[in-house]
Amino acid sequence: MADTGNPPTTAMREADPASAPRAVRKARGILVPLWLGYAFLYLPILVVVIMSFNDSENLFVWRGFSLRWYPELFADEQIMQGLANTLVVAAGATAIATVLGTLLAYGIQKYTRGGLIRAFAIAPAILPDLLLGIGLLTFFSLLSLTLGLHSAILAHAVFATAFVTAIVLARMASLDQSLEEASRDLGAGPVRTFMRVTLPQLAPGIVAGALLAFTLSIDEFVIAFFTTAPTQPTLPIVIYSMVRFGVTPEVNALATILLLVSIVTVIAAQRLTRLTGTVK
Amino acid sequence: MTSTLDRKAPAVRAPRARRGFAPVPFLAPGLVFLIAFMAIPVGLLAFYSFFKRGRFGGVVFEFTLDNWVKLFEPLYLGVIVQSVGVALVVTLLALLIGYPMAYAIAGLSPKWRTVALVAIVLPFWTNFLIRTYAWILLLNNAGWVNQWLQSLGIVDEPIAMLYTPQAIVVGLLYMYLPLMVLPLYASLQQLDPSLREAATNLGATPWRTFRTVTLPLSLPGALTGCIFVFVPAMSNFVIPELIGGGKTIMVGNLVRDQFFEARDWPFGATLALVLTIMLVLVILVQSAVSRRLTEGSRRG
Repeated sequence: MADTGNPPTTAMREADPASAPRAVRKARGILVPLWLGYAFLYLPILVVVIMSFNDSENLFVWRGFSLRWYPELFADEQIMQGLANTLVVAAGATAIATVLGTLLAYGIQKYTRGGLIRAFAIAPAILPDLLLGIGLLTFFSLLSLTLGLHSAILAHAVFATAFVTAIVLARMASLDQSLEEASRDLGAGPVRTFMRVTLPQLAPGIVAGALLAFTLSIDEFVIAFFTTAPTQPTLPIVIYSMVRFGVTPEVNALATILLLVSIVTVIAAQRLTRLTGTVK
Repeated sequence: MTSTLDRKAPAVRAPRARRGFAPVPFLAPGLVFLIAFMAIPVGLLAFYSFFKRGRFGGVVFEFTLDNWVKLFEPLYLGVIVQSVGVALVVTLLALLIGYPMAYAIAGLSPKWRTVALVAIVLPFWTNFLIRTYAWILLLNNAGWVNQWLQSLGIVDEPIAMLYTPQAIVVGLLYMYLPLMVLPLYASLQQLDPSLREAATNLGATPWRTFRTVTLPLSLPGALTGCIFVFVPAMSNFVIPELIGGGKTIMVGNLVRDQFFEARDWPFGATLALVLTIMLVLVILVQSAVSRRLTEGSRRG
């Protein structure tokens, strides 16, 4: 994922302008598996989008165009409540993770040698979500902590912190050290240097990390499944129980809207990285 | 003499003193948080795995090795083997499908390459459960695939596709294919084109160039991709449940059931730990092998 960033620079590095078009022309046949792959990736999504405009209650039979499922979706209290819960959890987890992850990344880069603390901080991103989920469930029940949105926020903040740390660390690597030294030499204390010099330089990494944390939290199912109360399900849990116990075509409309949101987000993120890429 | 020493001494000592103090406010909050909500919970699972189950979940503090012995009962061993098998098949298929895709993307012009990559990532940002549900629409007896097959006259009766082991493989493959394509692309894109040109100029056929130059150099990317697919495929329990209809049980389903139905937390914890240990071992082997590979290619 990281290599999708700053395409202009990569483009320039390996431009090889003379042979590129030739390679493309030669490689037409090579595109066939690519198109088949895209067909595989997009066919199911396409079916869901088409069926979201279906007039019928039947999930499998097309009867005619209709927008009826969209208003019904917004009138569905269960789904709307799930959406609200998801946003609360994602916002809370992102807030915690952004602060902790940024501090951790800075501390790791500046003050640790060897990879132990780094590996520990990134571990939640690699550990199976299942293990974290049941571990936290066990831990919360040992503490007799009632499950709810707060427990899901804490649980999501764990893996979100790992992702923020990883991304800010990557940004730290390209940081201009001499600016910090200059700030120190000019008499600014460590806190002031961090706030005035380091943070602004890290900002794009922090924003990218926070966005990733937010998106991952919104989509996360397994950990939320183990750490929320059944009375306060997040949206993925609502969808899960709908799929399990009977789907209404509203789900298609919901899927289409979520798809639209993620397309806009991905394209916006792409633009953002391109912008920061040119600035750099 | 003394005055210069005096002036120099604090300048040398000051940074060290700052270094001694400064890490705490940066490292402590995050580390305390992760110790509390990752290390302790995981440690707790390891601890629980040596005790007896409580009647309604939880644990009774009587030491036992039963949970670890139970793993070797044919029933549970079978589930573990089956999970490894399914995850391996999914990984292999993802490699076979993902490699040509990544190869084709690496050959595109820079502009189209970006578009192609976004198109790979995009489904991945679509809700995981909705992508799973989409396959129910497709594979159901009354679903789209059966409708097409029947209208084309290929089959008379709908084929049972949903709730089969094959459906689980397709579902997992669909879910994790992008994770194979991305690292493969990253390693293929870094390949120095002049290497391939050199091989061609020296008279190698395209196939030979691919086999002797491109393929070995893209192995680290392939390995990374395999890990990215194998690890989540192995612990997924939603797809086996929703698309597999709960008929093919994987380790993840077993863990979930121990917590929500059987209420045997210690055994559930043991299963999850075994799963994690296996995955960590796989990752360690992968990183050792890929370090070997990069060193080898650098020497060669």
